[in-house]
Amino acid sequence: MALPEVKQSATEARLSALTMPDAGCTRAAREDALARVLETGLPGRRDEYWKYTQPDTLVSPDAIPAAVFSDDEPLMFSELDRLSIVFVDGVFNAEESDDLTMEGVTIDRLEDICCKDIHWAKDLYGVLETRGQSPVQRPLAALNTAFASDGVAIHVTGKPTKPINLIYRHASPTSDAILHHVVRVESGAEATILETGPAASRFNKCTEIDIADKGTLHHVRAQGRDHERRAATHMFTRLGTESVYKSFTLTVNGVLTRNEQIVELTGDDAVAHVAGACVGDGDFHHDDTVFVTHDAVNCESRQVFKKVLRNGATGVFQGKILVKQGAQKTDGYQISQSLLLDDDSQFLAKPELEIYADDVACSHGSTSGAIDETALFYLRSRGVPTKDATNMLTLAFLAEAVDEIEDSALAEEIVSRLEGWLARRS
Amino acid sequence: MLEIKNLHVQLEEEDKQILKGVDLTVEAGKVHAIMGPNGSGKSTLSYVLSGRDGYDVTEGSATLNGEDLLEMEPEERAAAGIFLAFQYPVEIPGVGNMTFLRTAVNAQRKARGEEELSAADFLKEVRAKAKTLKIDADMLKRPVNVGFSGGEKKRNEILQMAMLEPKMCIMDETDSGLDVDAMKLVAEGVNALRDEGRGFLVITHYQRLLDHIKPDVVHIMADGRIVKTGGPELALEVENNGYADILAEVN
Repeated sequence: MALPEVKQSATEARLSALTMPDAGCTRAAREDALARVLETGLPGRRDEYWKYTQPDTLVSPDAIPAAVFSDDEPLMFSELDRLSIVFVDGVFNAEESDDLTMEGVTIDRLEDICCKDIHWAKDLYGVLETRGQSPVQRPLAALNTAFASDGVAIHVTGKPTKPINLIYRHASPTSDAILHHVVRVESGAEATILETGPAASRFNKCTEIDIADKGTLHHVRAQGRDHERRAATHMFTRLGTESVYKSFTLTVNGVLTRNEQIVELTGDDAVAHVAGACVGDGDFHHDDTVFVTHDAVNCESRQVFKKVLRNGATGVFQGKILVKQGAQKTDGYQISQSLLLDDDSQFLAKPELEIYADDVACSHGSTSGAIDETALFYLRSRGVPTKDATNMLTLAFLAEAVDEIEDSALAEEIVSRLEGWLARRS
Repeated sequence: MLEIKNLHVQLEEEDKQILKGVDLTVEAGKVHAIMGPNGSGKSTLSYVLSGRDGYDVTEGSATLNGEDLLEMEPEERAAAGIFLAFQYPVEIPGVGNMTFLRTAVNAQRKARGEEELSAADFLKEVRAKAKTLKIDADMLKRPVNVGFSGGEKKRNEILQMAMLEPKMCIMDETDSGLDVDAMKLVAEGVNALRDEGRGFLVITHYQRLLDHIKPDVVHIMADGRIVKTGGPELALEVENNGYADILAEVN
């Protein structure tokens, strides 16, 4: 079927601004992805999946310039002992990065993989993204697969002692970065991947994560405080038997952020938790779109998303749990909540359950509300000033999402950033 | 210490008069009890004194050591020395009890221009006070009042009172939902705080709390006014005969 004319021309305009990198062993996947983009077109305002978030600035030929954000506080996780991999405006920077060798893991640059004819990543690059295109199309992810100019392939074979920190740095006000990472966690292996820093004026990032049986991956990401960025990110995760995936995202400010998490539980007894806390003020639009598919027995999934919105900020949550036929004993949980600190902000939520198995426990809840006046009075009656009491209750609201982070040091750092954000705005 | 004169209060939302001219003076070092039938305005009085929203003071005054309470925000009243032990202590998920206590103590000290309590000093004090109220370490760590039993919630109120050392303690039906043992524990906590510099206003339905917290003065409140004032014997009279006789007498 031919695409609507508006979509066709928008897609062509965007594609004309891009060049496919010299692709080596990823060429077939890239060409396949390009064919998919041409077939579906890029997201438009009338697409159901983009009902609450305007994709225009994410698909326009050029990125809207964004001022380079200068932060008065150090980048998150700076104090941690970690392996740093730095991308400046979406380009790997060897000087600022650590030596990429560490026991239990091999890390290659996407560019190096592309020069090779054979590499393990070839079997993963674009594969999970392709799987994630059904039943809902994700053309920005396909675009990413086709045109990603940099990224890393992380092969976890053991238990590296340090977390791997992907650090992004925004240097040019017109940067438009497309990064694609692939992660393979081997059987019984375990790693932590951190992502921090403002990446670019416009950022399209796709991560494909394949976790083998009994593998574990922890992922903690901090987006912000660069307010002018526009970002669309996709994380495609496939879980094998008894494997574990735990992902948490903190988002602070951002004129437009769409984070998609596509999780597929394909092995029995697997566990996937995806969580997020975001705080936005004013011209802020944050969209969490999650799709969890249960396709095995006795798996557990949790989605915990909390948003604090003020001064006309907008939060979106589209979350789905799909339980396939035969995925018995599924334990699926989903909660999305917003705390609206004034009457101008809005939260748009679309929680969905689709269940084809008859022996499952699935629940979802979505709420939107103001600060609890009774609790506020209780705190004030004990002498806590209104501003501090409001901040305490706001942090308490976010706590359920932050609690999803297993590592207490990481969780504490997230909390201290949230405290800082609240203090600056009080 | 606490001086209430001709206090008239109505609900903000509806044109309903709740307090119709309350006069009451609580001196430092004294325990005053207010008893009265349901709907007489006892809880409203406690909320108005602590500054809860939703009430309009249409006439009269309330002062604490000469300071106009009604002009102050709830947190200012707390710093000035007002403490309300809630009839239904509020559960606050996500806020640790200890964090809450420390924030409250230091906010009040700061408001009064005093030095904040160090973490170590605070911890020492809170542990000692919690112990006498049989509040264990786990309760201190848990979120404020979340999953606490009725008795634990009330003990937690008394712990807050002990830590904040207010000048004027208002206790709104602290005995409700308590078994005999819990009531004794709470009463002991209160009695330990009785002090020459501190006043108490104990609101209760029943005389039994007053067996444990011995009042100096007992007031009977009905239809938004204090209708009778007497000694501890007045509470016994209520216990034996109900309110009917007293109300008939004053009408």
